[in-house]
Amino acid sequence: MSSTIDTLHRMADQIARNFQHMGVESAVEATADHINMFWDPRMKDAIFANREGLTPIARAAIDELAAGIEPEHQTRATVFNAVDEVGHVDAG
Amino acid sequence: MGYERQADFGTPEATSDEPVTLTIDGREVTVPAGTSVMRAAAESGGSIPKLCATDNLKAYGSCRMCLVEIEGARGTPASCTTPATPGMVVHTQTPRLQKLRRGVMELYISDHPLDCLTCSANNDCELQEEAANVGLRDVRYGYEGTSHLGLPTDTSNPYFQFDPSKCIVCSRCVRACAEVQGTFALTIDGRGFASMVSASQASDNFLSSECVSCGACVQACPTATLQEKAVKDVGLPERSVVTTCAYCGVGCTFRAEMRGEQLVRMVPYKDGKANRGHSCVKGRFAWGYANHKDRITSPMIRDSIDQPWREVSWDEALSFAANKLNGIKQQYGARALGGITSSRCTNEETFLVQKLVRGGFGSNNVDTCARVCHSPTGYGLKTTFGTSAGTQDFDSVMDTDVVLLIGANPTDGHPVFASRMKRRLREGAKLIVIDPRRIDLVRSPHIEAAHHLPLQPGTNVAVLTAMAHVIVTEGLANDQFIRERCEVDEYEDWASFVSDVKHSPEFLEEVTRVPAQDLREAARLYATGGNAAIYYGLGVTEHSQGSSTVMAIANLAMVTGNIGRPGVGVNPLRGQNNVQGACDMGSFPHELSGYRHISDVETRALFEKDWGVALDPEPGLRINNMLDAAVDGSFRAIYIQGEDILQSDPNTQHVAAGLSAMDCVIVHDLFLNETANYAHVFLPGSTFLEKNGTFTNAERRIQPVRKVMEPANGYEDWEVTQLLANALGLNWTYTHPSEIMDEIARLTPSFAGVSWERLCAEDSLQWPVNEEYPDGSPIMHQDRFVRGKGKFVVTEYVPTDEKTGPRFPLLLTTGRILSQYNVGAQTRRTANTVWHAEDVLEMHPTDAENRGLNDGDWTKLASRTGETTLRVRVTDRVAPGVVYTTFHHPATQANVVTTDYSDWATNCPEYKVTAVQVMPSNGPSEWQEEYSDLSERSRRIEGEEMEPAE
Ligand code: SF4
Ligand code: SF4
Ligand code: SF4
Ligand code: FES
Repeated sequence: MSSTIDTLHRMADQIARNFQHMGVESAVEATADHINMFWDPRMKDAIFANREGLTPIARAAIDELAAGIEPEHQTRATVFNAVDEVGHVDAG
Repeated sequence: MGYERQADFGTPEATSDEPVTLTIDGREVTVPAGTSVMRAAAESGGSIPKLCATDNLKAYGSCRMCLVEIEGARGTPASCTTPATPGMVVHTQTPRLQKLRRGVMELYISDHPLDCLTCSANNDCELQEEAANVGLRDVRYGYEGTSHLGLPTDTSNPYFQFDPSKCIVCSRCVRACAEVQGTFALTIDGRGFASMVSASQASDNFLSSECVSCGACVQACPTATLQEKAVKDVGLPERSVVTTCAYCGVGCTFRAEMRGEQLVRMVPYKDGKANRGHSCVKGRFAWGYANHKDRITSPMIRDSIDQPWREVSWDEALSFAANKLNGIKQQYGARALGGITSSRCTNEETFLVQKLVRGGFGSNNVDTCARVCHSPTGYGLKTTFGTSAGTQDFDSVMDTDVVLLIGANPTDGHPVFASRMKRRLREGAKLIVIDPRRIDLVRSPHIEAAHHLPLQPGTNVAVLTAMAHVIVTEGLANDQFIRERCEVDEYEDWASFVSDVKHSPEFLEEVTRVPAQDLREAARLYATGGNAAIYYGLGVTEHSQGSSTVMAIANLAMVTGNIGRPGVGVNPLRGQNNVQGACDMGSFPHELSGYRHISDVETRALFEKDWGVALDPEPGLRINNMLDAAVDGSFRAIYIQGEDILQSDPNTQHVAAGLSAMDCVIVHDLFLNETANYAHVFLPGSTFLEKNGTFTNAERRIQPVRKVMEPANGYEDWEVTQLLANALGLNWTYTHPSEIMDEIARLTPSFAGVSWERLCAEDSLQWPVNEEYPDGSPIMHQDRFVRGKGKFVVTEYVPTDEKTGPRFPLLLTTGRILSQYNVGAQTRRTANTVWHAEDVLEMHPTDAENRGLNDGDWTKLASRTGETTLRVRVTDRVAPGVVYTTFHHPATQANVVTTDYSDWATNCPEYKVTAVQVMPSNGPSEWQEEYSDLSERSRRIEGEEMEPAE
């Protein structure tokens, strides 16, 4: 496996691990939602093609995304301002 | 425009709402209660002579120049120490007063050299001015006042000098150092005529003393005793322009005081709302890099990085770059191209870079250095509060009773704000410090932290959850606030999570190494000590659980109700001057300006219509993923404005591998920085003194940056980006940054009411500025959170994958120091190097002894990623098992040893935890040698003599 795939696995597993406290079902959704909103297409494609070895929550999330399912937003971090809205600030 | 000193009302502004009316020299004057007679006179256009008073210091009443007569009162009281009272009738100019004042002045002048005409402060000296005001003609005591004349000048500080022969012992410098800066470096030695100012210890000069070179004493001094050396060298300024500091996120404003085209000095702007007339050594003095010999002012190109650079015309450089970019786009598609915006550049410049990437290159591969500092703040606060800006303005700290400081070292990182915090702490607010190191604030003059919890690096979440455990299980939660302002179901889940005995301080002590009893007491103090405010920095965010730590902080503020009023809140101390702005302007790969996701059809439509291009609907790559993709071959070209990712980003060898795999690296910067070693095109940049635009500070305060001199490279940075865009055929036609700001306002709801003209007229605006908040918005979340209710989030402690073991038994954490700024590209090219010539490794005496290391020895610092060498400093500031260094110098490259681990949510790198070993060394590491060769080769410029290696 290339080092990029290693990195992507580490990223996905780490996201899943930090959502684990939500219970499996919600954690899968939250992981899928997060990756959907923040990852570049080539990263998604690469991990879709290399799912072996992911931890179970991450694996389920990737399976869901690969199947083309659009996950619901699970935290406010993945809800963004509408076109005319001032609301959120994402600043680092 | 002629030169005028900033107005000085003599004593500080009173804050009372109660008005007081009195009569001064026959004029009726109304002022807030608590205003001094001196200030009341000054505010109403009069002026009372003064020497020891100045309006950023408490009245002192020592010089007796400001005497007045008050009807019905005995004697001639000092107007600076006499408060105005209702119905008071004051006379400021009478023959009796004139005589008294003249007598006082005579005494001063008798001990002052009479070389006004040749003095560098001639015409800019309060003593000279007041002597004229009181009509002094003649000095009866002779001019041989023995006390001060003939004393040697202390020139040890690189930026200002101290000439005691001119000192009138008004003590303004001593008080400025104490009251404004909070360093207490100066004292008055001796008594009466023999008294004189000295740096704290008898043997000290300014450089060897505790002085941090903030300049407050220089600004306070009414004579030429303490004066900028530049005034002596260049002459007095003739005009001034107000602008904003380009170093840190405090956003101090300054008057750039000019003589012709030359900058004489930067003087903190008294009306600046972020700094209120104060400054630190960087903004005040460290601007000499602008004219440093290393500055590159001609564009340069080369086909490959083993070739020397070739200086070319702008046209040639731009068409070379455009050809490369077009070729790569044709062959590999738009997603092979990307860019990095700079948090050092203006909002307008940043906006243009992301516009170029999205609209011109055609990808969303744009990122910014906020990725590597506060991206977890964005994620964490947005999840809990619904919006992620810091909740307070800087003024708020003056209403705080308990400061909880975690993972921040404001006296070094955010010095001007730290001075305000110290002032509040001296007034009696309590301090809790959570930091692996004993930072200066733990114990400094007149300040002692109530608690210092020296946690094991990487255990922030465990410590904060343990604090929550104490608050919830000891019944200290603010139930009313939680019921009214937060989602109650989520609170209950969270409360039962933190109440678990597994989250008690006792249970977690083994992991955190914080004594349970201390942690309990700190938690109680935070919950019950009055208005409690949390301030935090990169010691929170730069961890694998950075985002979780931010959420744990938000949980603590909500459970105790410390949100939504002055004195409380959650306050991220941001790094770079315009990191807030860079984020606002759409620098992250997944969102457009104003935090709108790129996948949102309507948002895209708005921009597509305005820009006349189609946008990619998918998020782009983050910096670290760009580098991976480069190694894999799918990312091939990058335009980097004003960032040095090779030095600032973690795992240097990984960054180097990514950059060297690319076909076209365009670096747009002031200097051939480390990243430029891997570049094919160098576009010279301009300094903040050479451009117009705006910066947004940590309080969301948008402030103008004004051009004070012509760009040495010929163009402001926004113009360079426009040239590149036009070389790619985009036909941009901006003629001034105000037009870019108009576009930002048109496309960004939170900026709807912002314009360059308005900012110039009003000095600053805190966004959102729109129909609902036409004058901006200082404090957020007052009555409700921006989006509904506060959400408690369970923050389970997940230890980092970076583990110590027999090979790497120590934990390295990194930080910065006052006099240097980040990668040091600017500050290393100023006299600030006298305070920090190299990065050193701090190590506890026990660890040093175990390794046979003495203070000052060369050591090899090795991690699983790489190794470097540097000198060791043996100190008990760090706990056993922990070592610490800064990353300001490319020769050390601390990031050679940091790892690829990063925050789970945002990929903010885990700079703060690296397992390392340290051992004696006698020379540079292999990487250092190779890199120094590469660097030397890579910096060659055709036709220029190589400078001998240092
Ligand atoms: S420069 Fe600042 S720290 Fe140094 S003596 Fe003056 S006021 Fe104090
Ligand atoms: S150095 Fe300047 S400010 Fe300090 S006591 Fe002397 S005259 Fe006053
Ligand atoms: S505190 Fe920050 S903004 Fe202020 S002068 Fe220093 S570096 Fe500049
Ligand atoms: S100015 Fe009032 S006593 Fe000095």
